[in-house]
Amino acid sequence: MTALDSLGPLTADGSHLFDGRVAAAIELVWREATLLDAPDYETWDGLFTADARYVIPIDPTATDFEASLNMVYDDERMRRMRVERLVGGFSMSAVSAARTVRTLSRFVVREQTEDELELTSAQVLVGHKRERTFVLGADVTHRIRFVDGRPAIALKVVRLVNSDESVSASGFLL
Amino acid sequence: MTTLSNRAGLVDRVVAGVTGRAPHAEGFGHLVQGDRVAAALYTDPALYQEELQKIWYRTWVWVAHESQLRKAGDFVTSHVADQPVIVSRDRKGNLNVLVNRCRHRGASVCETPRGNGNGFTCPYHAWSYGLDGKLRGIPYPEGYEDVTDKKDLPLQRLQVASYHGMVFASFNADVEPLEEFLGGARLWIDRFMKQGAGFPVMIQGEHRFRFQGNWKIQLENTTDGYHFPIVHRSWMSSVDAETASMLSFMTDELAVTHALGNGHSAAVMVPEHVDLDDDDGTEQVQARFEHVVQVLSRDFEPAKVRRIMRSMHGAGFNLNLFPNVACSMSFFRVLRPIGPTETEIRHCALGMEGGPDIVNRERLRIHEHFQGPFGFGTPDDSEAWDRVQRGAVGGTDLPILVNRGLAREQVADNGDKVSHVTDETGMREAYRKWQELMSA
Repeated sequence: MTALDSLGPLTADGSHLFDGRVAAAIELVWREATLLDAPDYETWDGLFTADARYVIPIDPTATDFEASLNMVYDDERMRRMRVERLVGGFSMSAVSAARTVRTLSRFVVREQTEDELELTSAQVLVGHKRERTFVLGADVTHRIRFVDGRPAIALKVVRLVNSDESVSASGFLL
Repeated sequence: MTTLSNRAGLVDRVVAGVTGRAPHAEGFGHLVQGDRVAAALYTDPALYQEELQKIWYRTWVWVAHESQLRKAGDFVTSHVADQPVIVSRDRKGNLNVLVNRCRHRGASVCETPRGNGNGFTCPYHAWSYGLDGKLRGIPYPEGYEDVTDKKDLPLQRLQVASYHGMVFASFNADVEPLEEFLGGARLWIDRFMKQGAGFPVMIQGEHRFRFQGNWKIQLENTTDGYHFPIVHRSWMSSVDAETASMLSFMTDELAVTHALGNGHSAAVMVPEHVDLDDDDGTEQVQARFEHVVQVLSRDFEPAKVRRIMRSMHGAGFNLNLFPNVACSMSFFRVLRPIGPTETEIRHCALGMEGGPDIVNRERLRIHEHFQGPFGFGTPDDSEAWDRVQRGAVGGTDLPILVNRGLAREQVADNGDKVSHVTDETGMREAYRKWQELMSA
C-alpha cells in the first residue's frame, strides 16, 4: 500500500481521480449520503460488507476503536439493530429526527490495493429541527472493497470536528 | 397569598413597577409545594440567577473523579455551573480546585481538558501559577514593585473534598463537611463502587451532549423509573432477553426508591445487584458473556470470575446526588447548567482500573449501546426533556406534578422515605432540598 503524506496528486499512484475504480467509490459515497438524507436506512444497511465497521469516535486521535469509548462502534449486528430502532416507530427521537442535507467533497485517495481503496473526504451536514438550524462538520474515511467489481463499504469512520465536546442528540445518522 | 404559577418573572416585574417593591421580594421557595412545583422553575431567568447564588455557589458540586488525577501534576478542567475550574493534584499529593482565571486580566490559564504538568501559565502576559494555584512568576516584575505582592494573587481556590474517589468542590467557605452533606447517600456510594469487583473504579471515557431545557428536568430523570419502558422501548427491544428481563422493574415490589435526605435519592432497578457482594448463587451469568467467562477463567478463580461478571452492568440502582451528579448503574451522569433553558450532560463510562481488558471493553460496548448522542437511549431521553421545556411554557398557572406514589410512600426504620421505583419520591426529595436552599 502507498500512503499519501502530503498534498499533491489526489491519488497515491498519480492516476486521475475519476478513473473507473475511484469514480465508483466516490459514486458509492454520494449514494450513501443520499440514502442517509432521505432517510432510507434499510437500503443504506445493504451498502456494507459483512465484516464492516461503522465508527464515530470521540477521541480525535483514536485508531484503536475497540479499546476506546466511541459514539458509534458498530459491527453488522449492531448496525442492523440501529436500523431497526430508527425505522421501528418506537423511538421518539427517530420519529421526530432533524431533516438533514449533507455534502461530501474534498476527496483524497489514501491507499489502494488490489481489492480495496481508502478514500477520505470532508462532510458538511446542515440539519434543521423545530426552529433550529445547525451545522456538523466531519472528516470521513471510507474503505471501499471491490467484490466482483462491485464496491461496498468495509470501514466508515466519521471524525466530527467537535467530537470531544458536546454533540447534540438529533435522531439521525452521520 | 401565593399561587403556583409561572409568574415569578413577568408578574414580579409588573408588581415592582406598580408597588415599588423589589422584584422577587418573597423569593422563590414558595414555588415548590411538596408534591408539585411551578413551571417557572424551568423557565424563569431571574430564578435561574438566584439558583446560581443559593445552590450552585453554596453547596458541594461534583467536579472530577480521582481516577483522572492519580499522579502529581495530573489535572482536568471542569465547571461549577457557569464558572470554569481546574482540578489538579499537586506535588504534595493534595487535590486543588482553582478558578480557571488569571488574577491579572481574567484570561483562562488552561484550555487543555486533561493532562499532566508543573502548573498553569496565562497565555496573555505569562503570569505563571503552581499546581496549588500559587502565583509563582510575573514577567518584567519591576513594574509591580511597591504595587503587587505575588502572595496576594493566587488562583481563587474552592473548598475541596472527596469521597470514594468522587471529588466535590464548593465556593462556600462555610460549607458543611462533605460526609455530612452526603449523609445517607454514603452507604449507596459504597455499594456503587463495589462494581470494581476488587479493582478501583475508573472513568474510561465520556459522552457529552446538550439539550434545550432546564437542568432540573435532567435531575428528575435519573430518579424517574416511570419513563423507562416508554421512552426506552426501542432500546429494550434491541437488547438480549436477559438484559431486558433484568430491567423489567415496573411491577417488581422490591424495586423501590429511597429518599436519603439533603436532596439525594437512590432508585433501585435491579434489587439483586444493590450489594454486589451479596450473592445467593441463584443468578445465571448472561449467556452472551460466555466468551468473557472463558477468557477470565484463565487468570481467575471461579468465584472471582463470577464476582467480576456480576458487576458487568454496574450496580443495580441510580443514586441521584443533589445537585449535579448521579451514580447511575455503570456510569456517572454529570449535569451542568448552561443557562435557564440549556443544560450540558456528561455520561462517564466506568471500568476496572488495572482490571481485565476484555471486561473493560465489554463495558465500553454496553455504554455505547445506550448512551451518547448516537446511543439507543440518550437521544430519546433528550427528546423527552426538550419536549418538557417546550411544553412547560404553556398553561402558566399549571403546576408540574411530582405526586406519583405519594399515598404509598412509607418511612423505613432508618428514616428513609421509600416507595416504588416508578414513584416520584426522589424528585420530591430533590425539590425539598431545592426549596430549603432557595428559601435561605
